[in-house]
Amino acid sequence: MMRHIISVLMENEPGALSRVVGLFSQRGYNIETLNVAPTEDPTLSRLTLTTIGDDHKIEQITKHLNRLIDVVKLVDLSEGSHIERELMLVKVRATGAQRAEIKRCTDIFRGQIVDVGPSVYTIQVTGAADKLDSFLEAVGEAAIMEVVRSGVSGIARGEKVLSL
Amino acid sequence: MELLSGGEMIARAMEDEGVEFIFGYPGGAVLHIYDALFKSCKVPHILVRHEQAATHAADGYARATGKPGVVLVTSGPGATNAITGIATAYMDSIPMVVLSGQVMSHLIGEDAFQETDMLGISRPIVKHSFQVSRTEDIPEIIKKAFYIASSGRPGPVVIDLPKDLTNPHDKFEYNYPKKVKLRSYTPAARGHSGQIKKAASLLLGAKRPVIYAGGGVVQGNASEQLRVLARELNFPVTHTLMGLGAYPASDRQFLGMLGMHGFYEANNAMHHSDVILAVGARFDDRVTNTCAKFCPGAKIVHIDIDPAAISKTIAADVPIVGPVDSVLTDLLAVIREMRQADSSLPDASSLKHWWSQIDEWRDAHGLWVKPRYDISTPYIKPQQVIETLCKVTHGKAYVSSDVGQHQMFAAQYYKFDEPRRWLNSGGLGTMGFGLPAAMGAKLAFPDADVACVTGEGSIQMNIQELSTCAQYNIPVKIISLYNGYLGMVKQWQDMQYEGRYSESVYENSLPDFVKLTEAYGHVGIKVTQLSDLEEAMKEAFARKNDLVFMDIHVDPHEHVYPMHIAPNGSMRDMWLSKTERT
Repeated sequence: MMRHIISVLMENEPGALSRVVGLFSQRGYNIETLNVAPTEDPTLSRLTLTTIGDDHKIEQITKHLNRLIDVVKLVDLSEGSHIERELMLVKVRATGAQRAEIKRCTDIFRGQIVDVGPSVYTIQVTGAADKLDSFLEAVGEAAIMEVVRSGVSGIARGEKVLSL
Repeated sequence: MELLSGGEMIARAMEDEGVEFIFGYPGGAVLHIYDALFKSCKVPHILVRHEQAATHAADGYARATGKPGVVLVTSGPGATNAITGIATAYMDSIPMVVLSGQVMSHLIGEDAFQETDMLGISRPIVKHSFQVSRTEDIPEIIKKAFYIASSGRPGPVVIDLPKDLTNPHDKFEYNYPKKVKLRSYTPAARGHSGQIKKAASLLLGAKRPVIYAGGGVVQGNASEQLRVLARELNFPVTHTLMGLGAYPASDRQFLGMLGMHGFYEANNAMHHSDVILAVGARFDDRVTNTCAKFCPGAKIVHIDIDPAAISKTIAADVPIVGPVDSVLTDLLAVIREMRQADSSLPDASSLKHWWSQIDEWRDAHGLWVKPRYDISTPYIKPQQVIETLCKVTHGKAYVSSDVGQHQMFAAQYYKFDEPRRWLNSGGLGTMGFGLPAAMGAKLAFPDADVACVTGEGSIQMNIQELSTCAQYNIPVKIISLYNGYLGMVKQWQDMQYEGRYSESVYENSLPDFVKLTEAYGHVGIKVTQLSDLEEAMKEAFARKNDLVFMDIHVDPHEHVYPMHIAPNGSMRDMWLSKTERT
């Protein structure tokens, strides 16, 4: 069982997203994270999802995704060398001595404090999913008030592109 | 340039697309379209009595002709009633275009009268769907829908049409495209030549080969190619429930159907094979029995137009994605070349041992060698009804069926020599399919014999269509096997629930089917004696212009055999009768 990042180029049409999401629930596949937005070509959307499964299941997932008429192309980024990023916004309780501690921790993770209140910081961290997990661990559950994650985005390294 | 309203565009597009029949039912959201049909459309419309029947009739038409069936229903309940038929077509890869009305654009999402999210409800059971958002897009969307429905692995396509976009007062340019291209949809045109070569060497080296061919051969119009290849190689051929007729049943190389109620010789040939050539079949659970025990010694070549069908349940050793007709043609050419280049390759006679083994199996338990059912009871046996049907119609009728024991008997005992003659809901197993499907076939082929094999359970799920048959004079023959039970449910209850017939008994609730048929203006014939059966059936088919309902009372306790032993059985593990098993 491995985690896979599947990146899908699809028609930017109403209903296209629901076909992808529907496929996963209909066939009992799991979606761990999902994000979708238009590309530089407004007729196309790029959808990235992460899922967990053995080779057989991932093969089925990619085949069934390809079968959807709205899906133009797709790639399993995990098959090759790739860059993975996720953006996270975390609201933490920051009072007294903790304010400095959280600031230091944010710096270590190359995060940014994007909003400051008398007793709260809102921190933005980007990176691979496991880095974001580590940041949350470092800050500690007690301080965390709210976590918002974008879901994984990814792109292949080098010359390889997913385009028309 | 011609200006047409949305409704008129639909009417005109049906003509331009060469549609022969529209099966439908009017309602508020599609009244503009129906008015346009009334005023100008040359395509006949068949008014069914329930939208489910519209989809099944379109489906039956599509199975018999190979052309997409067309359905027109209104929004809300019209659309939801069509769902079962759409799902039926989807499971069996049948081309169909469903036009469903929708409430006016500005009301969508407001829980308007007769509003339902048709795109959402139908999403998991369509090949694709469209919601029209601009009237001027209608011609192109219709063209795309027909193209998608009938190309690649065929399937149903839904077009949802908000009422305001068909308004007769809003007219736009009409231009029906000759061709459409979709950048995101390009079905494979040819199989991979390297894979085909690999397959050819594997087949030529086979000592115990079998061809396992499914509905893809029928839908892909590859019967001829299959026949030529099978004969050239002298390979035995077995069919799935969906494939029947692709290879001629009366040919010596045909082993009968395989699977849960498959022939002893077919299931054994599969189990003991060393190479399986799977063509347009999908290794579904009604074929394989326990996957882990499936054909342990077999290498598998799998040809299918749909990559997702390959290695879904059973891994293929040589997958070939492509249209079955072209792949089989290419495969045959490669085999002939290889044989010419190397005369030491085994020829057709090398399979002598394998064939004598198969003939042994066939003699031992084959259903066509001699009656395997008990003829000592006073009842008409359901098997005898199908044998008689096959005899009276010379094996040439279009036969639709409903779902249950009668369906399996029809599949086992009607010897289909031609493709597209056997019309049944294999994947979804939809009771109520038979009569409307027979209507679709009869409309397409008015001079052919069309029979609907059914039971008193299934027929009541769409019996209202007797009225449609009266209106349009559709003289199908209904062969109803009356046993007073939901036969297949009863069989399972006999075998697995110690004969507790939970809700599978009709008791004295059934109508007099002869009178019921007569009430609709048709002819009913009741048969209770075997000695009357053949004559009665001859009379039924001699009445060319009458719909005849044959109410044939059969042994209420008969079971369908062979039957796979499940769970945990392999292909060759079967019950052969109530007391005998492998």
